[in-house]
Amino acid sequence: MRNRSLIAITAALAAGALTLTACGSRDDGKGKGSSDGGSTVVTIGVDAPLTGELSALGLGIKNSVDLAAKQANKNKEVPGVTFKVKPLDDQAQPSSGQQNATQLVADKSVLGVVGPLNSSVAQSMQKVFDTAKLVEVSPANTNPALTQGEKWDSGTKERPFKSYFRTATTDAIQGPFAAQYLYNDAKKKKVFVIDDKKTYGAGLAGTFTKEFTKLGGKVVGTDHVNPDTKDFGAVVTKVKAAKADVVYYGGEFPVAGPLSAQLKKSGAKIPLVGGDGIYSAEFIKLAGKNGEGDFATSVGAPVEQLPSAKSFVDNYKAAGYKEAYEAYGGYSYDSAWAIIQAVKAVVKDGKLPSDARAKVTEAMQSVSFDGVTGKVSFDEYGDATNKQLTVYKVTGGAWKPSKSGTFEG
Amino acid sequence: MHELPQQLVNGLLLGSMYGLIAVGYTMVYGIIQLINFAHGEIFMTGGFGALAVYLWLLPEGTTMWLALPLMIVGGIVVSVTIAVAAERFAYRPLRTAPRLAPLITAIGLSLALQQAVWAWFPGGKNSRTFPEIEAGPYHLGSVTIQSGDIFLLAAAPICMAVLAYFVRKTRTGRGMQATAQDPDTAKLMGINTDRIIVIAFALGAAFAAIGAVAYGLKYGQVNFRMGFIIGLKAFTAAVLGGIGNIYGAMIGGLVLGVAEAMATAYMSDIPGMSQLGGQAWADVWAFVLLIVVLLVRPQGLLGERVADRA
Repeated sequence: MRNRSLIAITAALAAGALTLTACGSRDDGKGKGSSDGGSTVVTIGVDAPLTGELSALGLGIKNSVDLAAKQANKNKEVPGVTFKVKPLDDQAQPSSGQQNATQLVADKSVLGVVGPLNSSVAQSMQKVFDTAKLVEVSPANTNPALTQGEKWDSGTKERPFKSYFRTATTDAIQGPFAAQYLYNDAKKKKVFVIDDKKTYGAGLAGTFTKEFTKLGGKVVGTDHVNPDTKDFGAVVTKVKAAKADVVYYGGEFPVAGPLSAQLKKSGAKIPLVGGDGIYSAEFIKLAGKNGEGDFATSVGAPVEQLPSAKSFVDNYKAAGYKEAYEAYGGYSYDSAWAIIQAVKAVVKDGKLPSDARAKVTEAMQSVSFDGVTGKVSFDEYGDATNKQLTVYKVTGGAWKPSKSGTFEG
Repeated sequence: MHELPQQLVNGLLLGSMYGLIAVGYTMVYGIIQLINFAHGEIFMTGGFGALAVYLWLLPEGTTMWLALPLMIVGGIVVSVTIAVAAERFAYRPLRTAPRLAPLITAIGLSLALQQAVWAWFPGGKNSRTFPEIEAGPYHLGSVTIQSGDIFLLAAAPICMAVLAYFVRKTRTGRGMQATAQDPDTAKLMGINTDRIIVIAFALGAAFAAIGAVAYGLKYGQVNFRMGFIIGLKAFTAAVLGGIGNIYGAMIGGLVLGVAEAMATAYMSDIPGMSQLGGQAWADVWAFVLLIVVLLVRPQGLLGERVADRA
């Protein structure tokens, strides 16, 4: 029976390996020490998936924060203070995110963190930062519970962590906004809702479904997919059999792209619609020409069309980053700039106060400036006061803005 | 239930892919009792090898009918080279070591291969799009079959037939059987067991590469993590079918694939089970099936009942 027990051990190891998918984070060694040639060095931490399937979005975040820090140093935004960036990779895993949070808290020069990308990762980091009173500004988390507490849906909003802010809009607005667009503008009445069971995806699918049925639309089927698989044959057959005229997907582009392609190939010529998680050039690459006609909602007005964003786009190009700024570039720049502004508010004559982290967190609440994505300020929950959203449609192999607005619930 | 034929085809397609990969696990296990966890990554490198041929060795605009055979050859060359090198430099020095040592080596090798592709394949940090066959889809009654699926439908049975012939009829194949039954006696009978083991690794890798080309054609993309989950599933298929038995690997793969498709399609229709259906639960039901089968037949569907050897 020796071999039998070997198989048992192997199975246990396999299960362990599943949770250890490609571990190990990279640290480029930046941001050590706290003084540099007489001037004070403040480090802005970045936590985002820099490797793995969501790295396209994560690298856009990292580069945009880097650009903000460079601009602040160049223009002497805070006299006597030099900003550095310390990017850490969370691989979109909550466990890596928490390790990174601990690491950033341990680095005394870090006074603010931009990130993460995923709401599920944010959940694991919030408490670590809050205990250290270190401010965290996410450019991309859209799950409402992060700022308004688990019971936000039933009307009792309570802010769980005072140190958490975000420049992105929440799914409490994004889901219903998509529902209204599909029902009223695109005239879709029968939807098949799919999500990936992650904090972001399931939350978004939930708020979408609620508004869509309220408007009179019908949910003809639901399914949950495993974000690690690429075979959606069985799901696609179900969608086809349910005779839906649109599919709503709560999740991110690594699944949405192949799902859209397999859907169209099966003969169901209906659009796939998703949130900001699928609004990426990678989605179009993965879906191929089958992605044509798909929709995505994303936070804010299109960056390219905002006059305030022009200099950001130009500077980003001039800085020569290898990767595109993607969906969250403008928000990441604004998040970093909010931290820079909060630092500016607490610095006196180039010197930081002794409890700099707590002071910066306090100052963040009243930060207000005209950023890349419009007016940047935060409400009593730490949410962005700018609640703009835009619907994008894949037209001619690129995302084209189709309608901007917001949801008035 | 009018979608049943389509769901069966979905399951059989997925299962054929599992089967092609499972053959590699089962052959290596049958001969040296090593569970080669790097096999999922061997599969992945096969996909990237085929893609590399398409991207850099063929002139732009080559038709798929011409490109495909060359891509398969390219994929096989890459994956077989890596598998043989792994056997020679990672596993052979550990052949007399306790069994957990090569197992851990395999897991390490798996991570190393993933990271190598991530770091060094151009654009490998994201999914790379894989060329598709511009044809189809084909409709047979209520069943729709994609052009990419046809390759898989043809490749899986052909590969199995070739393997069955090889193992039963050729001198090397019979040497392989002998080595699996008793390596020491086989050596005494003049069989070069080292060579047999290398051939087992190479054959498994070649099958995996064909599976990887099928994967690329079917899903239109390859990425550095694609071998991980599918490798675990294929290993499961090998155990389900009876590890060590090459026909078992194929049968196990098909059963697993159909079980997943059925669980996705119908589990939520059973009253009271609506929360436990759908694609995310398909894996759970697939493993429930595995446990049930192993309780009734601990040796797997086609495994032989042998006291100390699988």
